[in-house]
Amino acid sequence: MARISPQVFAPPPPPELERQPLVLNGRSFAWISDKVAGIIEGPTPRWWWGAFVVSALLMLMCFGFVGYLISTGIGVWGLNRPVGWAWDITNFVFWIGIGHAGTLISAILFLLRQKWRTSINRAAEAMTLFAVACAGIFPLIHVGRIWFAWWLFPLPNANAIWPQFRSPLLWDVFAVSTYGTVSLMFWYLGLIPDLATLRDRARTPLRKFLYGLFALGWIGSNRQWSHYEKAYLLLAGLSTPLVLSVHSIVSFDFAVSQLPGWHTTIFPPYFVAGAIFSGFGMVLTLMIPIRVLFHLEEVITVRHVELMGKVVLATGSMVGYAYAMEFFIAWYGGNPYERFAFLNRAFGPYGWAYWTMVTCNVISPQLFWFKKIRTNMVAVFILSIVVNIGMWFERFVIIVTSLHRDFLPSSWGYFRPTMVDVGIFVGSFGLFLTLFLLFIRFLPMLAIAEIKSITPQADPHHTLGGAQGGHAS
Amino acid sequence: MSAPAAIYGVLAEFQTPAAVKTAAEQFRDAGYTHWDVFTPCPIHGMDDAMGLRPSRVGWFAFLGGCAGFTCGMLMIWFMNAFDFPIPVGGKPLFSPLFALPISYELTILFGAFGSIIGMLLLNRLPRWHHPLLKHPRFRQATHDRFFIVVETRDPRYADPLTRRILESSGSTHIELVEE
Repeated sequence: MARISPQVFAPPPPPELERQPLVLNGRSFAWISDKVAGIIEGPTPRWWWGAFVVSALLMLMCFGFVGYLISTGIGVWGLNRPVGWAWDITNFVFWIGIGHAGTLISAILFLLRQKWRTSINRAAEAMTLFAVACAGIFPLIHVGRIWFAWWLFPLPNANAIWPQFRSPLLWDVFAVSTYGTVSLMFWYLGLIPDLATLRDRARTPLRKFLYGLFALGWIGSNRQWSHYEKAYLLLAGLSTPLVLSVHSIVSFDFAVSQLPGWHTTIFPPYFVAGAIFSGFGMVLTLMIPIRVLFHLEEVITVRHVELMGKVVLATGSMVGYAYAMEFFIAWYGGNPYERFAFLNRAFGPYGWAYWTMVTCNVISPQLFWFKKIRTNMVAVFILSIVVNIGMWFERFVIIVTSLHRDFLPSSWGYFRPTMVDVGIFVGSFGLFLTLFLLFIRFLPMLAIAEIKSITPQADPHHTLGGAQGGHAS
Repeated sequence: MSAPAAIYGVLAEFQTPAAVKTAAEQFRDAGYTHWDVFTPCPIHGMDDAMGLRPSRVGWFAFLGGCAGFTCGMLMIWFMNAFDFPIPVGGKPLFSPLFALPISYELTILFGAFGSIIGMLLLNRLPRWHHPLLKHPRFRQATHDRFFIVVETRDPRYADPLTRRILESSGSTHIELVEE
């Protein structure tokens, strides 16, 4: 064995370049499980009840309006010719887009070895599932005769006709249902070791039984971890092309049509960037209050929020580039209908919506260039809500402004929402928040085992992991 | 009085991943077969320290993915070109291009099913009972302690080396676990 030359050991970095730890104050394994599991085992906070009652009422309102819509017909919505798609598909694309940040955090950041993802991935994946659940409502009810919705599935209908697989709307059905199923499996796979932790801590037989049932008999042996980590890696590898394809296919709903304003090749990447942008907005909207309310500042640190702010800045700039490029191509393509569609989008009757979108999505995220703003929780929280508003308007602008000016001026129109439109949309937030509140009450909202695995205590080559003479920092 | 329960194996508790890894390397080198390391989270390098072969979950995912792609293509060809041809604008009844988005999604869906099912099969999960889960001390394995268990069915279980390795590598507590 040749002796290792002392020159191989690099000197430690200067203090200002040293990486900040992802769990502050060198917290131990025990502290991490006690902190996260303690939230579930402790008493229900009073604010939780307040939030739950409000959310559940909104959810019931949503169901009530959906029931009214189904029993009466989609005429109770404000859409009509020429605007045949309005808030329904806007809300669908909005909610599906929200989900994409969860998969980005759980899959893409995992493949890129971004260890900071461990503090936020569980809640973000849960957000994905609930957002997909909200998204699923809208295409289902917008078909009008909802009792024929099963015609979308590959089953022969009443006339023994199969679905038409050339239609992007059918691709959408497969993309969104695959997305929901794979996200659920990925989320559950991550939960198994944490459910075992909860099972082993349980004080009451009911908890022990339920958490034990869903922990599937996990004992944390290294042979199990070996297969588990491979499955986790594979699911991350499969979810990455999945998340990129889902919003691409959603964008095909528009891009494959011949309509000026929709028929653009930039849509797939532009929709994916917008989805991640809006999803990170929602992750920040949820995580900033949670880290304060549950005192999780040591696990979801300022650095985590700052990094998410940088993702918002990057994707927001991509979205801004896409808006500019759409305009450039509308001019450069030389198609008068295309040019009209875009000029009308910015300066026509829906100009107010267009400029709201530009302000929220392109201008406001530029504030994240400043570290002072990225590390100011109140500012980040407000900007995250602005991003959510902007991205809802983006879908509204794409859908409604492209439709409201038909090819013949006699067929022009102006869409106005009705109370049912507003009620179902606002109510869908109730459904989302109700599911999310139940999640944070009954399941570990941070990935206990994954956070442990990125601490120095889990590293057998670190002095905190018990190494003799290992590196200390 | 009931007969004394059979012994499942010997359980040794460790405080740090480094200690449990040192012990694992010695068990690997001594050629033990029925033993395992229990940790609250995956420990980097433990597969090598135990001498485990790479997990075969990937094959399940690969087979699932192949099945998904084939299913998608065959389903679309059967439904739109064979069983009930739907002619649209003189276009071919089947083309792999328009069948691609759905086949792609089904590749991912079945591949994901494959990796989950592969993980569960290879780990013999779900299982509702395990001798270790009845042991009160073992509850710490999902909290903040590290364990090594050598099962009685290991041919070298009774060897005094077992205890020697566990003690010399710094185990803080050693006891027997009943079946």
